[in-house]
Amino acid sequence: MHVDVIQPGEEPRSLTGPQIAGARLGLSNFTVNAVAQLLLAFWAIVVIFPFVWMIVTSLKTDPEILSSPWTLPTALQWDNFSRAWTQAHIGRFFINTAIVLAGSLTGTLLVSSMAAYVLARFTFPGRQVLFYGFIAGLMFPVFLALVPLYFLVNNLNLLATYQGLILVYIAYSLPFTIFFLTAFFKTLPNELGEAAILDGASQYQIFFQIMLPLARPGLIAMGIFNFLGQWNQFLLPLVLMPSEDKYLLSQGLYFLAVQQSYQNDYGALFAAMVITMVPTLIIYVLFQRRLESGLTAGALKG
Amino acid sequence: MHYQKYRLIIPFLLPAILLYGVFVVWPYAQAIYISLTSWRGVSGNKPFVGLENYQRLWEDERFHEALTRNGQLLVVLPLVTIAIALTFGALFTQGSQQIRGAGFYRIVFFFPQIIPAVIVGILWSYVYTPNIGLLNGILRAVGLGDVSTSWLTDPSTVLWAIAAVAIWSSVGFYMVIFLASMQSIPTSFYEAAILDGATRWTSFRDITFPLIWETIRTSIIYLAIAALDFFILIVVVSGGSTTMGARRAEVAALYLYNQAFDSSRWGYASAIGVVLLILTLLLSLGIMRATRRETYEF
Repeated sequence: MHVDVIQPGEEPRSLTGPQIAGARLGLSNFTVNAVAQLLLAFWAIVVIFPFVWMIVTSLKTDPEILSSPWTLPTALQWDNFSRAWTQAHIGRFFINTAIVLAGSLTGTLLVSSMAAYVLARFTFPGRQVLFYGFIAGLMFPVFLALVPLYFLVNNLNLLATYQGLILVYIAYSLPFTIFFLTAFFKTLPNELGEAAILDGASQYQIFFQIMLPLARPGLIAMGIFNFLGQWNQFLLPLVLMPSEDKYLLSQGLYFLAVQQSYQNDYGALFAAMVITMVPTLIIYVLFQRRLESGLTAGALKG
Repeated sequence: MHYQKYRLIIPFLLPAILLYGVFVVWPYAQAIYISLTSWRGVSGNKPFVGLENYQRLWEDERFHEALTRNGQLLVVLPLVTIAIALTFGALFTQGSQQIRGAGFYRIVFFFPQIIPAVIVGILWSYVYTPNIGLLNGILRAVGLGDVSTSWLTDPSTVLWAIAAVAIWSSVGFYMVIFLASMQSIPTSFYEAAILDGATRWTSFRDITFPLIWETIRTSIIYLAIAALDFFILIVVVSGGSTTMGARRAEVAALYLYNQAFDSSRWGYASAIGVVLLILTLLLSLGIMRATRRETYEF
């Protein structure tokens, strides 16, 4: 029997369909739950263990790392982290990444929100073509554009510059961000804008003073989404940032890993991985719910 | 009024159109042209050769091998990922109550999806390392030392070792999608099924599965495209795009990358890209047609 007990001021709490069904179907709940727990716990270990191993390894000395994957560090080697930060240049790559992302995230949000606002709230000839033109960018694999993109950026004298990478990051973030924000702007009420026009506000004032603040939840969602996407980006910097003092984090980390074969400092490499993971981890812990629904909604609509 | 409208529309659209046109549309269009030339090296000279690159691709053994690996991934990635994700999704919802620790599992399973691919790749390259690696360590610990191998250079394991990493990192993502879809199915459907004597399995097969089919279908297309685009993990896990391991797991996109940035054969590389794009489009259309079923509104 399915009964909702609704207390005053409380949302009805209800079980989902399959849960009800489970109560009535054959197998004892105990068995099913036990098997389920076993499988889920197993996968949780499979997911977590490599990360725990990475953190433990980042605190070991090289001889300890090379002798066995299992041993715990006899003394915590915080020095690995300072070597990673300075000698392995992770500190510099971190700052490079921060510079690029500061520019590209601001740019992505500004350029996309302006375009999305116009696409969502005005009618003009060619609007549909433009919208689907932007969306089409979601279907093409980046590697197809890599060769011409490399020469284009080179010809514009933007190879190995922050500006070049910022512009390319913005351009490749536009399709999904415009797609998402257009849908978002369509949901905002019309009345506020109309009232503002009567008060003599210009279209620009309406956008920057009324619409953008209203669109904050959408902008935050896209800010987080693009932060992760751009922070994790590997291919574009690999091709467009060929100068070592301007490497971004994931690129620098990759070269650090490749160099290990002749320049052993495993401790610093693992410490560098932990450092690179921290910002993503913080964002995930803070915004887990929103991120999850945002990413999956994108997948379902796309 | 009209004048004022366009004074907003044009400057608001212009930055997006310019950036998108210059850095996205133009390179893709150029890639098609470059694929019709025999452009090599760094000279600006691009001799037009028509379809010659495509003809050579048609006979290129190495390209065929690469495509075969893509074909294998195309079957395995969607099948295994969706099977595991669906199983977990069902385990979450099929019990008589929300399974204990559901929130925790959800957070953990989803986590690898948001970690930079480079970290995932480097981490797993050390899991697979023969002597100090985690996997062989575990195998030795449980007495399966004979099975342990040099995963990333053994031609029979390298591609699958790397594909396993892709599955490992995306299962949580698809599970969350399936869960969202499953939880929108009305309870009454299951109540009715119970009256008809349905069991746990038959209610999953006859109710849950058909009702979330649209979501599964989208996931198949996503994973199929991922199987064709696959290559960053190969580069990172095997420690370089031209290492022995990478060569033994070489897929079409990696072949493209090496032809372009290792051998400077820009024309030939672009032809590979165009073929891959066409294959992607055909495949998406094909899957969409093949998986079309009656949709159920509820």
